Amino acid sequence: MAYSEKVMDHFSNPRNVGEMEDADGIGEVGNPKCGDIMKMYIKVKDGIITDVSFKTFGCGAAIATSSMATELVKGKSIEDALKLTNKAVMEALDGLPPVKIHCSVLAEQAIKAALSDYYTKQGIDPLPIVGEIPECEECGLE
Amino acid sequence: MSKFVYADNAATTKMSERAFEAMKPYFIEHYGNPSSLYRIGVESQRAVDNARAVIAQCLNAQRPSDIFFVSGGSEADNWAIKGAAELGEKKGKKHIISSEFEHHAVLHTLDYLRKHGFEVTLLDVHEDGLVRPEELKAAIRPDTALVTIMFANNEIGTIQPIRELAAIAHQHGVLFHTDAVQAAGTIPVDVQELDVDMLSLSSHKFHGPKGMGALYVRKGIRLPNLIHGGAQERGLRAGTENIAGIIGMAEALKESVEKMPERNPRLEKMRDRLIDELLKIDRSRINGDRIHRLPGNVNMCFQGIEGESLLLSLDLKGIEASSGSACTSGSLDPSHVLLAIGLPHEIAHGSLRMTFSDENTEEDIDYILSELPPIIERLRAMSPLWEKIIKNAN
Repeated sequence: MAYSEKVMDHFSNPRNVGEMEDADGIGEVGNPKCGDIMKMYIKVKDGIITDVSFKTFGCGAAIATSSMATELVKGKSIEDALKLTNKAVMEALDGLPPVKIHCSVLAEQAIKAALSDYYTKQGIDPLPIVGEIPECEECGLE
Repeated sequence: MSKFVYADNAATTKMSERAFEAMKPYFIEHYGNPSSLYRIGVESQRAVDNARAVIAQCLNAQRPSDIFFVSGGSEADNWAIKGAAELGEKKGKKHIISSEFEHHAVLHTLDYLRKHGFEVTLLDVHEDGLVRPEELKAAIRPDTALVTIMFANNEIGTIQPIRELAAIAHQHGVLFHTDAVQAAGTIPVDVQELDVDMLSLSSHKFHGPKGMGALYVRKGIRLPNLIHGGAQERGLRAGTENIAGIIGMAEALKESVEKMPERNPRLEKMRDRLIDELLKIDRSRINGDRIHRLPGNVNMCFQGIEGESLLLSLDLKGIEASSGSACTSGSLDPSHVLLAIGLPHEIAHGSLRMTFSDENTEEDIDYILSELPPIIERLRAMSPLWEKIIKNAN
């Protein structure tokens, strides 16, 4: 199993890492038993994601996909951010080993979870807009 | 890359120069088939006989003919266990006892036998990674065909009380096998003193060539054929011998045993210094008993971080280590060994194994101690799990 240069770059120099004190939305997905937790913070102004950051517990691919996902939504409209797919994250990283695909799924879900939290905080029901965020279905652990 | 520290000697070791030199003539110069009657064949046969005698001597086996050459530890384990199962089945004995944290070469063989009607009892290895002799005694039944317990664990390096365990098996007339892949060449292994019936070893764990191993079988145990064909390995494992591999393994084992008295105290000192220093890191732990432990094994968990990201970060600094982590094996489950000693999943994910050999020095330990703590700090700083652990503690 080998990671692409881009994955290693985002792993060793992750972009937008850290907590955000005044975040408008915070999303957390994954669980420690599976070995991955991603937490995303977003700042929203006039429907645009003006700032985004993350904290991740997990393998190299988990850290790299988190970093890439933040890069892909930063400065984008909420509408565009909602269109982010795990495939796009993977492609931007020049691919992932098959056993690591779930990390890109988690990164997509983390962005959606942050947007969901943003809508909830605005008093808007996120479900019709963001849709359901499934529990991590990959690992099947308790 | 300026510095390179290989700290994964439990995975494999660098070939010994001595073993490599001993092997060299057996590719082009001495290429005879040991089964041939003419001169170059006889020479090859002598070389194989001599290697078998060397290995028997290193293990203190009674006869060279107690040693069977195989392709490695996994083959030796498969043969011993399936063979003993077949012998037991003939007498209506279809129960096997092993331990929870065996190598997969043992555990998966036992899974296979379960599908063929065998019952398997896996003994608890407790928090310290040690099998309790009294628990083996309690688990033995009239229909027990085999007890197979590993000599030293491959992840946490704990050394089992093999002599006591074998004695209990024998008191009940049960065969005893041990997977000594991590022990042979590393610590003293004397098959007569331990009184084991079968013992597996693997050449590349003690600086010998890969793809080579041996199974010791005590005289009187007639294992079923593993490979049908020619008369090699007393007709039990047919196929022209891997002569160079056999020569290389014998030379490597001899060298490794010779160096043991000098090497082991040195490695123990390095190991203990590394463990003591790493235990100063907040929320770190050592896995497995510290006393009954291989001289070169360090296995630690650092809460709040995941093993693979730790390994990748170490690799970027030229330190090659391993982890019981999910990600290295391509499965999402953490190490079965760490779960067997009772660690919760979230802690078992953050394990780091460093294993040392003759090749390592105190400078390697210094380098690890200078590079590892900042890596842990960096990964914890970006870990939401660490954030929770600290919040809950305050």
